[in-house]
Amino acid sequence: MNDGATGPLASAGRTRFGRLEAHLPSVLLAAVGAALPLIGDAYLGVIATRAAIYWVLVSGLNLVVGFAGQIAIGWVALLTLGAYATSVLSAGTVLPEVSPFLALLAAGLLGAIFGVIIGLPALRLRTFYFAMTTLGFATIVTQVALAWKSVTGGGVGVPGPVFAWPFASPWGFYYFCLGLAVIATWMTTNIAASRFGRSLVAIRDAEVAAEAVGIHKPSLLVTVFLFSGAVAAIAGGLFASLQSYITPDAFTFDLSVLFFIAILIGGRGSILGPLLGTIILTALPEFAAPLVAWSTFLYAVLLLVIVLAVPGGIADLLDYKNRRPLQRHREIRPQPALLAHIMPHSEQANLLRLEHLTLSFGGVRAIDGVELEIKAGEVHGLIGPNGSGKTTTLNVICGYYPPQHGLVRLNDKVLGPAAPHTRARHRIARTFQTPRLVGAASVLENVMIGGTTAGRASFVEALLSLPRQHRDEQQARAAAMAALAAVGLDQLALVRADRLQHSELRFVEIARALMSRPLFLLLDEPAAGLTVDEIKRLGALIVTISRQGTGVLLVEHHADMIFDICDRVTVLNLGKVLASGTPAEIRGHREVINAYLGA
Amino acid sequence: MLLSIVSYGLALGAVYALIGITYNVMFAASRVFSFTAGTVGMLGGVIGALLINRLGLPVALGFLLTLGAGAGLGIITEMVTVRPVLKSLDQHLYVLSTLAFALMLQQLTAIEWSTEPQPFPRLLPFGPGIFDQQFWLPMLACGVTIAGLEWLYRHTLVGRAFLAIAEDNYAARALGLPEQGLRIASYALAGMIGTLAGFSSGEMMLAYFGNGPLLNFYGFVPVALGGMGSNRGAVAGGLALGLFQQTANFLVGGIFASVAIFVVFIIVLLVRPEGFAGAAPARRV
Repeated sequence: MNDGATGPLASAGRTRFGRLEAHLPSVLLAAVGAALPLIGDAYLGVIATRAAIYWVLVSGLNLVVGFAGQIAIGWVALLTLGAYATSVLSAGTVLPEVSPFLALLAAGLLGAIFGVIIGLPALRLRTFYFAMTTLGFATIVTQVALAWKSVTGGGVGVPGPVFAWPFASPWGFYYFCLGLAVIATWMTTNIAASRFGRSLVAIRDAEVAAEAVGIHKPSLLVTVFLFSGAVAAIAGGLFASLQSYITPDAFTFDLSVLFFIAILIGGRGSILGPLLGTIILTALPEFAAPLVAWSTFLYAVLLLVIVLAVPGGIADLLDYKNRRPLQRHREIRPQPALLAHIMPHSEQANLLRLEHLTLSFGGVRAIDGVELEIKAGEVHGLIGPNGSGKTTTLNVICGYYPPQHGLVRLNDKVLGPAAPHTRARHRIARTFQTPRLVGAASVLENVMIGGTTAGRASFVEALLSLPRQHRDEQQARAAAMAALAAVGLDQLALVRADRLQHSELRFVEIARALMSRPLFLLLDEPAAGLTVDEIKRLGALIVTISRQGTGVLLVEHHADMIFDICDRVTVLNLGKVLASGTPAEIRGHREVINAYLGA
Repeated sequence: MLLSIVSYGLALGAVYALIGITYNVMFAASRVFSFTAGTVGMLGGVIGALLINRLGLPVALGFLLTLGAGAGLGIITEMVTVRPVLKSLDQHLYVLSTLAFALMLQQLTAIEWSTEPQPFPRLLPFGPGIFDQQFWLPMLACGVTIAGLEWLYRHTLVGRAFLAIAEDNYAARALGLPEQGLRIASYALAGMIGTLAGFSSGEMMLAYFGNGPLLNFYGFVPVALGGMGSNRGAVAGGLALGLFQQTANFLVGGIFASVAIFVVFIIVLLVRPEGFAGAAPARRV
């Protein structure tokens, strides 16, 4: 898998060679960039400088758009902000004059703050609404720049900053920008290969599952907006210096479109792709002079073509490894014996109690006074007809729906309602009725997402690739490989998840759930769509998991499986507990036979 | 002065309301927000000026042809940018495809028409004044549109089929309603309403390619605040927005008016993402 190819697992190859291969394209690009002055073409230098500046901004925006999937189309607002902040501070017209380098730093701080402000609506609003608000910001910032004459000079503008020796000459300044671009690439590559990068992609493609593994979307997005805003404003400062004089006219919406489209052409969830996209879009109109007027039109056409024809972008075209055919007629052979490697045997007597849970949707009582006790080391079956409230019960336990009455208690702690991201910290894990995985990420990455709460390194440590980050990654990768081996999928670890069969996805979800070494594991119809043999093996795996000391709540329609492996069974009907007891008691229960099992 | 603020504000508000209805009609048929709403509004003015001023067509003919062009644009929007991505609605690719198409239209206008505001012809041979046609024409267009839509939805079979599709797409298809045909018709209708907005306000807003993003945003504000899909909400919100904007323009200046509207827009949406009238979706998982 190369550096750009679909996903945070840039360093999927665990060998030294694999890592080298992953970074090769970026390193080559940097080398070409460094050698560019040898050609000695000043005009080429200006274009390359511009591409480097744009990339500084796009690299940060890429985390927002390409990784987190937030449609931020007005990012030019931050470029504008950074350009004016750097120019005004270094000119000293409003505040005492400071060095351009300090001014650039200050612009970065300001940009971080405004990145959060512009990004804030994304925490609450749906995609189109967020796109609109960023568009609004882009318009407003230009209008303010035009109106606030005492600071920005209005339509007349202000001179851009001039960076001192050794960056004063055009080529010197080029190296300055290139250096920052290399740093930006390095940092975002680090993030992409960390749990933060994986979490962002999880938010994009499987938000509900992301919450279940403990990813807190608001705090993660705010962190990314801080970073993205800062680098965008720094790019603005460089842009002002390159332009040497800035007016509001310089910051057209077309620029925003360029940034945004560069990412989509490059491919979401990639770094190399958007980097190539930025270079192509910056250079293209320059080398075809008649196209200049048509450049935005062409970008738009390109965007349409990409969306309709190649949603994966350049990165997908480069991802040659995932075009190799997979072995057909694959069998999943879990190795329950390997479970001990990831979840040591525990004798703790944990207890998950549901006390009188009630929840209505409109006029429908989905669950009505449900009482349930799940004990450590037991498999507890939850059965009942369709619509009897099984999945709703699971969703209340996991905090997706706040119950109208009743509590969920783990040992003596009451679990907060409507806070799904807190469940992973209590070591309650789950799977979903339809597997919720990140199709564009590898199987291994998907499983590593389950270990999010185990990560200790902060965002900054990940950004700078510090030792704690390396330790986190090694541990997460080892644990994920062990979990995959236990469910029998270690051979497919590096394959894109969307290439797997449905039954395999179910086992990937179980592996992901095991990453948190759960005290309680909630399985929502794990056997649906599996063959008879696979169901048997799944049953054995579930029993082994419970014998390690985990309490398992198993929602299932396969009665044979339920009666084979469960220690206790609860039957729901119309939202109420119809019966509860050992499998033998339930099998003979008259009302259960009438309502569900049939004679 | 008050009178001029009110008449200008209401006229502008009527244009916003019409663009809001354009959003709504497309949304109802497909659950898609389209960036082309404001763009067809802008094109209403440009095509009108092109046909009547440059080509010298009579006003009535120019008007009909403009509406026809709007319908055509709506159909192209549906075919090129909406239908291919409907299958994966949850990936929100329509945001990108409609944005791309809107940008193409806008750039084409900028290059082939002009980047400067161009005059729009006087439609009726009356003199100017406070009750000038440039103010009441948009209001009239808005009133006629609302009345027409109410009639269509409440009293005709086709209208009820539109409503059925808006309410529950799957159920409507199961009943045998020609879902695709109705969607195309909705987009054609939306295109006509959009160009009507631009055409009726042409004299006030001029034939200017920059009106597109402006209308996109200010047409979306009342719909987002009122709750998606509510035409009455769009009209009430649009008129209120127009009046507020003009008053603020007069009292504190245009930029602060824009900033104020933007801040209110964001704060309301952050507090109530579903708008004043909308209901939050109950189920997620």
